[in-house]
Amino acid sequence: MTDHDVDRLRRDFPILGRRVNDRPLVYLDSAASAQAPGQVLEAVDRYRRRHHANVHRGAHTLSAEATEMYEAARARVARFLRAGDPRGVVFTRNATEALNLVAHAYGRHRLREGDEIVVTVAEHHANLVPWHLLAAERGVTVRGVPLGGDARVDHDALVAAIGERTRIVATFHVSNVLGNLQPLRALADAAHAVGALFVVDGAQAAPHVPIDVAALGADAYAFSGHKVGGPTGIGALWMRPELLETLPPFLGGGEMIRRVEVDRSSYADIPMRFEAGTPAIAEAVGLAAALDYLDAIGMEAIWDHDRALARHALARLAELDGVTTYGPLGDDRGGIVTFNVDGVHPHDVASFLDAEGIAIRAGHHCAQPLMRALGVDATARASFWLYTREADVDAFVDAVDRSRAFFAPLRAAP
Amino acid sequence: MTALAQMYQAAILEHARRTRHRGVLDPADARQEGVNPSCGDELLLTLRLRDDTVTEVRYEGKGCAISQASASLMAEAIEGHRREEIEALIGHVKAMIHGEGLHPDLGELAVLEGVRRLPARVKCAALAWTTLEAALKARDAGGAPDAGSGGVG
Repeated sequence: MTDHDVDRLRRDFPILGRRVNDRPLVYLDSAASAQAPGQVLEAVDRYRRRHHANVHRGAHTLSAEATEMYEAARARVARFLRAGDPRGVVFTRNATEALNLVAHAYGRHRLREGDEIVVTVAEHHANLVPWHLLAAERGVTVRGVPLGGDARVDHDALVAAIGERTRIVATFHVSNVLGNLQPLRALADAAHAVGALFVVDGAQAAPHVPIDVAALGADAYAFSGHKVGGPTGIGALWMRPELLETLPPFLGGGEMIRRVEVDRSSYADIPMRFEAGTPAIAEAVGLAAALDYLDAIGMEAIWDHDRALARHALARLAELDGVTTYGPLGDDRGGIVTFNVDGVHPHDVASFLDAEGIAIRAGHHCAQPLMRALGVDATARASFWLYTREADVDAFVDAVDRSRAFFAPLRAAP
Repeated sequence: MTALAQMYQAAILEHARRTRHRGVLDPADARQEGVNPSCGDELLLTLRLRDDTVTEVRYEGKGCAISQASASLMAEAIEGHRREEIEALIGHVKAMIHGEGLHPDLGELAVLEGVRRLPARVKCAALAWTTLEAALKARDAGGAPDAGSGGVG
């Protein structure tokens, strides 16, 4: 994308015109939550003003319209994931709930004591804690694969960790800390060779890269709406429909049933079986609008843009003494730049940047095992998206540069 | 001076690096871990008491300049003081960082006042004080030192 393209896109995001602490907002925290374009805000608003009613119930016009829009959103998600059959798409609150759904509906019923779940040290807590809960309940072991020497997950170790007892392999598509795109096909093949389920946490990939769940070899793929420019409170789990069909419900209630007696029930077909209660209808409509927006730009173009910004940021940060960056430097590096100013806690760096209107994240990024593997307690993280300009990256690097002088008393040898 | 510069004035930066009360007392009359789970700030606070007086304070922790400076300032402010004075001081500090006024007894602790204008950092300044509160409460409840399970997260 050219600067001109980015400037044109930025006009779609009203919040980017805000000032923060008397400075123009430079929003570099899209990996935590992306801003939504006006097209999404308007789609949600239009639905609420003109079409809202409950879905899959009632015989009136509004209910029929709402149902049509909700199911169209499901088909839209399927198309975004190149998934074909929309019955494989279950709406959830977010990627976290989607992964919990897999742990419950698949894990609790299919895993036995002594079975193993293989993950990597670089997973987000959302792709660790659901497996820990399952492990405690079912007597299952969770095995974590370390980083290799090149700041990426050690793929040989990962393939080697997949063995006879492995029932689930769960890993990220793009790391929320290291920023790299993980090649998944070989892992999928290794998982399938032992009959294990291959689960992908796509929360950081969905906003940045083209996704084709079949080509990746995924059995399950999870992502969140608010990271792709959609609303909060909506996310999706895609699971191979022929597999999803064999699983028992996760939550019980209305909409997921076939027939209910006072002492027992039978359950609806997929995907309704996994959507108990009234879903987030307006949010699903908003998510579909966000995916329309992304596909109109083109995911390849977004990925190229993110990578160019990351290259620029990493090259400029490398010129600053006393700044450490994390993650690989290759062509697989997306728009996530994780760093520390030596001797200064990342929260202090983030507060300094915030005073200049620059929003970044600081902390453990819900990835405590990875922080330990990197030998740090916390890091700062700037993340870029389709509306980020090279000038924003420059403003960020210049502010990091100035923070070194501001915090010099902390950095001096004691 | 900006709110940021006010918060990070020289005294804070100096206290963040100060080593005077760093360490762990063993044995201790009170031992308490404190954690801010959302950001990973950690503190281990150990105290010795004689009768009603805190005679020695040591802390060990990792975290931002504000959480570390707050712990250092706290250690200096409470060592040699009686329980009731310390409990009153905890109240004054809480009121200050929540923007409810500056009590004259705060003394040097007043340098933490600027944190009220950085809402995201209030919990950093509060960590040492909530940990102190928990340490004193645990001592009242059991008498025996806490085995280090007091943290959350």
